[in-house]
This record gives sequence, C-alpha cells and structure tokens, in this order.
Amino acid sequence: MSDPYFLSILIFSPLVGMIVLAFMPKDVKAPLRTVGFLATLLPLILALIAFVRFNADMGELQFVTSVPWIEIGDPEVTNSSLYIYYALGVDGLSLLLILLTTIITALAAAASVKIQKEIKGYYLLFLLLEVGMLGVFASQNLLLFFVFFEMTLVPTYFLIAKWGYREREKAANMFLIYNGLGSAVMLIAFIVLFTQTGTMNIEKLQAIDFSRLPSTVPLAHSAFRYGLLFALIVAFAVKLPIFPLHSWMLRVHAEAPVPTVMIHSGILLKIGAYGLIRFCMGFFPEAFADFAYGLAILGLINLLYGAFIAFRQSDFKLVLAYSSVSHMGIVLLGLAALNTAGIQGAVFQVISHGMISAMLFFMVGVFYERTHTTELRNISGLAKSMPRTSGLLLAAGLASLGLPGMSGFISEFMAFLGLFERLPVLAAIGTLGIIVTAVYVLRAVMKITFGKTKEEHQSVADLRLVELLPAAVMIGVIILIGVYPAVLADSLHLAIDSVLVGIGG
Amino acid sequence: MDLETLLSFHWGIMAPEFTIFITAVVLSLMDLFFSRHFNRRLFAWWALLGVAVAFIFCVTEIGSPVTTILGGTYRLDSFALAFKMLLLIGAGFVLLMSVDYDKKGEISYRGEFYYLFMTALLGAMMLTSSADMITLFVSLELLSLSSYILAGMRKNDPTSNEAAFKYVVNGGIATAVILFGISYVYGFTGTTNLYEVNEILNAGNANPLLFSDRYLIVFSFVLVFAGLAFKLATVPFHMWAPDVYEGAPTPVTAFLSVVSKTAGFAVLLRFFYVGFAQAAGLHTSSQSGPEIAFASLEPYFAVLAAMAMIIGNTAALKQKNIKRLFAYSSIAQAGYVLVPFVAFTSLTVGDIWFYLMAYLFMNLGAFAVIQVVSEKEGSADIQGFAGLYRRSPWIALAMAVFLVSLAGIPATAGFIGKFNIFLGALLSSHYWLASVMIGTTVISYFYYFGIMARMFLRPASHPEKMAFPLGAGIVVCLGIAGTLGFGIFPNAAIGFLHDYFQLGNFFPE
Repeated sequence: MSDPYFLSILIFSPLVGMIVLAFMPKDVKAPLRTVGFLATLLPLILALIAFVRFNADMGELQFVTSVPWIEIGDPEVTNSSLYIYYALGVDGLSLLLILLTTIITALAAAASVKIQKEIKGYYLLFLLLEVGMLGVFASQNLLLFFVFFEMTLVPTYFLIAKWGYREREKAANMFLIYNGLGSAVMLIAFIVLFTQTGTMNIEKLQAIDFSRLPSTVPLAHSAFRYGLLFALIVAFAVKLPIFPLHSWMLRVHAEAPVPTVMIHSGILLKIGAYGLIRFCMGFFPEAFADFAYGLAILGLINLLYGAFIAFRQSDFKLVLAYSSVSHMGIVLLGLAALNTAGIQGAVFQVISHGMISAMLFFMVGVFYERTHTTELRNISGLAKSMPRTSGLLLAAGLASLGLPGMSGFISEFMAFLGLFERLPVLAAIGTLGIIVTAVYVLRAVMKITFGKTKEEHQSVADLRLVELLPAAVMIGVIILIGVYPAVLADSLHLAIDSVLVGIGG
Repeated sequence: MDLETLLSFHWGIMAPEFTIFITAVVLSLMDLFFSRHFNRRLFAWWALLGVAVAFIFCVTEIGSPVTTILGGTYRLDSFALAFKMLLLIGAGFVLLMSVDYDKKGEISYRGEFYYLFMTALLGAMMLTSSADMITLFVSLELLSLSSYILAGMRKNDPTSNEAAFKYVVNGGIATAVILFGISYVYGFTGTTNLYEVNEILNAGNANPLLFSDRYLIVFSFVLVFAGLAFKLATVPFHMWAPDVYEGAPTPVTAFLSVVSKTAGFAVLLRFFYVGFAQAAGLHTSSQSGPEIAFASLEPYFAVLAAMAMIIGNTAALKQKNIKRLFAYSSIAQAGYVLVPFVAFTSLTVGDIWFYLMAYLFMNLGAFAVIQVVSEKEGSADIQGFAGLYRRSPWIALAMAVFLVSLAGIPATAGFIGKFNIFLGALLSSHYWLASVMIGTTVISYFYYFGIMARMFLRPASHPEKMAFPLGAGIVVCLGIAGTLGFGIFPNAAIGFLHDYFQLGNFFPE
C-alpha cells in the first residue's frame, strides 16, 4: 500500500468532471446532468478500490503521502525553519468516511435530476464540495484539514443560497456565520498547538504526551489543555451540531435543496463527529475523559430535546432535522462512554445515520416533487397512489428508529451498551429517547402514507427507475450493515483501538 | 561635497528610481510638446515600459550586498528591494487598468495623470530605501503631493474635488504631526540618520539626560506613528479613506489602497525597527533595567490595530457604494498587517511582505473589476454588481476569487497571508489580538459574501453583456494567477523571499 499518488488522485478526481463540465455549453440540460452524475462515479470507484486494497490488519496509516508545502520562518533569521506538509493518509475510520462520502455524493448527484436552473454551475459547485469533503477525511496535517474544511464552506453556501427554497439566503448566511465562527475557533486551537509543539502532523501530535512537555511550554499545564480542548469541542460542536449551537442546521435542512441536505446531513455533520474523535479524543485523551460526563449530559440533551421537538413538528423536513439533532446525541453518548463498545457505536452511528438521513431526505425530495409540500397536514394517504415510495419511506423510518436488522439498531445498541457500562443512570434516561424516536418517526410516516388520500394527490406517479435505484442502494447498505456489521467493524477496530490506547480504556 | 565624492557614490543602486524619474520627465515633455490631438492614452504604455525597465534593474540588484550612498541617507538592502518589487508590480497593474479608464474622456489632462503617477511611484520607491529622516520626509511628501493631485483628476466632478480637498487637509495634518515627531527625535539625538539614531538611543540608556527624557522620546515616536497611520489608512488617521476612495478616479483609488499603503508599511517598519529599536521604554524593572520602548508602546499599537480591524470591518457592512466598501475593507486589511508589526517576531518582515503581496494581487484584481463594472453602470453603487454572473460569468467568477481571498478563505493567497500573521501573533502570545483578528475576519464574510450574493443570486437589472477591455483583463488574469497560485503553492513566494533576500539585513549590525 505504498502508492503515494493514490489518495491525491482520489481526492482530486472530481476535478476531472469539473473540467469536462466547464467546457460544455450551458443550456444542454440532459448531457450536463449525465456528466455531473458520471463525474461522481469516478471517486466512488477509486474509493472502492482503496477499500479493497486497504489492509485492515495493519495498524499504521496507509496510502501515505507527505510533501513539504509551506515553509515557516526564514532560515537566515531563525536558524531553523519549520515546514508544513501536504500530508495524506487513511486509517480505517477515514477510509470508511471517504467511502461514505463518495456513495452519498453519487446518490445525491442522482437525486439532483430535479434541479432545474443553472445546472452547470450547480454541478461544478457540487463536485468542488466533494473535493473538500474527501480532503477533510484524508488529511494528515491540521492546516491541510482546515483548508479542505473551509473548501466545503463556499460551495455549500452557494448551493443553499442559490438552489434552496424560499428563505434560502437567510439560511445560507446563518450557515456561513455559524460555521465561520466555528472554524475560526478551530484555527486558533490548531495554530496554538503548532506554535507549542512545532508540528501540525496529526499522527505526531497524537503520539505526543503533552503533560511530559517541559513546563515552560504552556501546553504542559493541564488548565491550558482544558482550554484548548474546550475550543476544539466548541468548533466541532457547531458542526455536529450540539445543543445549543444547532439552530443554523435546522434552517439549512429546511431551506437547502434536497441533494445538498443529503450531503449536509449525511456527511458534513459527520465531520463534527470525526473531529471529536480524531482531534479532541486523539490529542487530549485525559482531558477528554474529564470532560466525558459533561459531554454525556449534552448528548442526552441533544437526544431528548431533538426527539421531543421532532414530535411536535408539522413540517416533515423539520421532523427529520430535529431527528438528526437527536441522533447526533447518540454519537456523543457513545464517545462519552470511553470504551470500545461506546466508541464503535458512535462511529457506527455516524455512518449509519449518514445513510439513513440521506435516504430519508431523498424520499422528501421524491414527495416534494409530486406534492409540492412537506407539511404533514397537507399530505396523507400516499400509500395508495405511491405504494413503492411509501414502502421505502417506512423502511427508512424503521431504520431510523433502530429496528433490529438495520444499521440504526447496531449503532444505538453498541453506544448504549458502552454507556451502561460507564454511566448507567444517564444511559437509562437515554433509552427514553429511543421510545420517543419510535413515536415521532412512526407518527410522521403514518401521516404521510395512511389516511385519506387528498384529491390532488390521487394520481401522482410512483417511484421512477432513476429514483428507485438510489433508494434501493441506500436501503441495501443500511440492511447490509444491520445484518453483517463486520463490513465496518473489521476495518475499524484498529483505528478505535489506537484512540482507546490514549484514554487507557 | 565636491564633485569627486559625488561621483564616487555607487549611483547604480538608484537605477530603478532613475528609470522612473526619467520616464516621468520624458512623459511630461511629451505632454508639453505633442499636439493636442495626440491620444494621451498611449502614455500608459510608455509609463509601463519605464516600470518594466525599473523592475528589471531591481531584479539585477537581487543578491547585491547592502549599499548606502549620499552619506548613509539612501540605503539599498534586501528589505528595500523586496518592497520595491511589490511597488513596481502594483504600479504596473494600476497603469494597465488606467489604459481603459474614462472611456468618455472626462479627464481632460490625461498626460498629467501619467507623469504625476510616475512621481508618486518615485516617492514610494524612495521611501523604502530612506535611511534618513530628511530623505524619508522628502519622499513622503513627493508621494503625498502627487497623490493629492491625482485624487482630484476628474476636475469637473464635485466628488473628485471633495476627495482631493479632504485628502490635502488630512494629509497636511498628518505631515505636520510626523514633522513634529521627527523634530523631537532630532532634538534628542542630534542626527537625522535612522541608523545613527539607533546607536545614540542605545548608548543613551547610560546617558542620564536622555534617559530622564525617555517619555518625550517615546512620545515622539507615537507622533510619527500617528502621522504614518495616514499613509496606511489606519486608525487614527483613517477617516479620509472612504471619501477619497469614493471620489478619486478608480485607478487612483487602487493606487492609494495598494501601492501607497505598501510604501507606508515599508517606512513604518524601518522607522520603528531601526530608529526606535534600542530606545529606553517607560517602565524600568530593578533586575533587567529599562524595557525597550517598543515594549511600552506595544499595547497601544495593539489597540490601534484592533480598532482598525473592528472599525473597518463593521463600517463596511453598511456600505452601498462599492468603493466606499473597499475603503473600509482596506482599513481593516491595514489592521491585519499591523498585527505582525505589533507582534514583532523573527517572522514579522516576511509575513508583512507576503501579506502585502497577496493583497496586491487580490485587491488590484478586485479594483480592475470594480472599475469596469462601475464605468459600465455609470455609478459605483453596489447594485451594479447584481446579476453579474448572468452578464459575464467569467468576470463574476474572478471577482468571487478575489473576494474569497480578501475574506481569507483557504486555497487563496489571502488565507496563507492571514495564516502567517496569525501564527506570528500566537507565537508571541498575542492571544487577544489574534482573537480580534479572526473574529473580525468572520464579520468580514458578511460583506464580501454579500457582494457575491449580489453577483450570483440576484437578477440583473439589464441583460447587456459586459465586454472586458484589454488592460483590465490582463490585470484580472494576473490577479487570479497570483491569488490562486500563491494560495496553493505559497512556497513559490516564501521560498523566493528566503532564498534571494536577507531580510534581516535592514536591521543595524
């Protein structure tokens, strides 16, 4: 696995599609759509190759690249100069998230057939967003991570602001400000780490025991480390999002176009979880353990608050948005457990929720196209005219509430298993959330599929083939993880072990 | 000074300045003797030729040892050279923009524009090399006086007149303040040479007379800083910027916001890091003796930098005129560049140079777009950008790149520049200043993205396509190349600076 160019090619492979698109005329809709979709297949294929070639029994990073990128400090003046490296590499966790990214992006590209205006610009931004997301998960250098992280910001802003629903610009601005502030805090934390350790390499930073640094370095003091960890948690809490920093995400879910929401809730939110695991837990294992109780409380708030509010929503999109808040609470609970089961549950939840929420929002898109509304009181009884769609919606809903045999069950089960071992009282309260989840999911699904069919919806068409395929793929993956979790667990266990070694659990 | 000593000077080091000077003289003679019907727009190409030749002279000077002439008043070191190259590139960009400016021919004295531009550039270049307060003052005045006239170039336009008037009045005050400060420094040290000032103030720590007056010495440097703040367009002398930027012809605005500012920073660095470096500060500790004066002033400079960032970025939010918006943006940008000045680490000079270079590419690129759009629309109202994407998608994309870079978003030179500044600030533990910088950067997203939202999301008032003229087109292309190129491969510039320049050699030995 010593191919140094492979990851770079994978990350920048969407550029091929962008270049082709750039030379196409603006007004040929169908070919633009085809090229836009095909362009997402290339990274998908490469990611699958990477997944096959990945050696799950090797503990170290694979497909590693490291090239000097920026020189810091003039060697004439400072006698020594530091380099920031263009460093890439993947472990099991990164690789799975890259695979998830390519799958969901391809599906979202397929769902983009409904985009009507400015198709060329749409797909260009869409592919640029994919470059950013892939880079985030493959970066082994903090600055590079930040660069890719911010690279997702600009395309997402425009995708929301241009192709979204009525209040799109407001949502886009809110997205920009919240995420801008979050990444600003993150950058401060990263640079402070760099100034005190002289490296931005993620692997090296994880290997340093900060408490052993000479006491002249502020980082050697635990109070300083707490502060830094707090900054990082805040930065990723915005992204995940953690209550009370979640309001921007609701707007985005309500106003952004469906494929963007698929990507947003399927992948972009997951960057928050990835950051918590890789940086917060990875760099400050001891301090993180001290914070764990607080995080568990926040996770509980997310879980219950999201679930209860989702129950009261009348707009299906908002039900799903609050459901995302609620499900991200489980990620936090799993991480706060600080043991193998808990962390594995959290990672499973990240991937499983990525697929499930992408699928649910895909279904939203299908319904919206036909009924032009997502208000629950305006749609009912669609099972008669759209039996296949309704069936798939029910399946996705069941996965979301954690039905055994589907991916949601595995992740919630493991997260709670871990948490019961460590914080049984909080875990017991948390299980309440699972019940509420079942209630709000079923309430929404029933409302849409059963009851009296509205007159104007008597003759709406059922799922077309182009819609059926992505939905089938998603439900297939969800069930695959549900019945055979080893597909994920095998490549993950070494990555999780290395995180746990730091915590000492 | 007899002829022999005069001839013994190594005049070759002034070759770039002589080139610019000769160009200015030739252009003024051409303007005088050519027929009235001769198209003076072509002067731009002559001026450009002069700038190019001067640039080549600068390139040949790379790597030459530190040379001083005229009794140590004029100094060529790597620092001066690095900044001169920025000034020349910036001036070249502005000249290219000016070729297409004023299609309707409102400026009746077009020739004047070019040779005054050359003298302004000459002043700016000499500023970077001034090692003496007299040379410094003369160059500063040359730059300022030429700029006053340039700002009022559109003689029949009231806003242009207002701009020139405000600029003169503010500039006059600033000049007086600088002169006042310089007179104190001279009074205490008995010399006008910055390097000698350095030595005397250093020895002065043992001199009870100088030591007891250290408050006044520190005060004199505060005065000089305040006066230079005018050139930098930063707090406290920033209020002229919005009005002057709005009223002045767009190429002049671009010149003021980039070239003039760059020269201001060069002189600021030399004045403070050389002249002031060894002076005794206000506080004395029993163990280590008096602190250096820079340390006593640092908190105040930090507050001024923070205020520039806050005032610039918040005032820009409400602007309806694109040139006013960019005036506030440039106040904020000056605030960012003051951060490494305050932090004063071994990275400072390199960081400032890199940021100003990035700023040159992104800001002049943006001004080229602004010039074309506002000429086409007949006003500099921000509304003119609405729907630009529909009308000319490539221009809109280019503008988006410049704006993203000004906002400091990665993959652009602006980000690398900000990152460097940030790193330096945190290295020297200026945590709150770094926080202000990053906080105001996020605020700046509002107005930079606001322009982008107009370009891409709003409908155009009329669908007329916008053709891009040659000169401005070249500026935009080079601007894009610089902004993205140095954003993705920053080491192309940083490595060049480190390999060929010894920036440390502007400090006294």
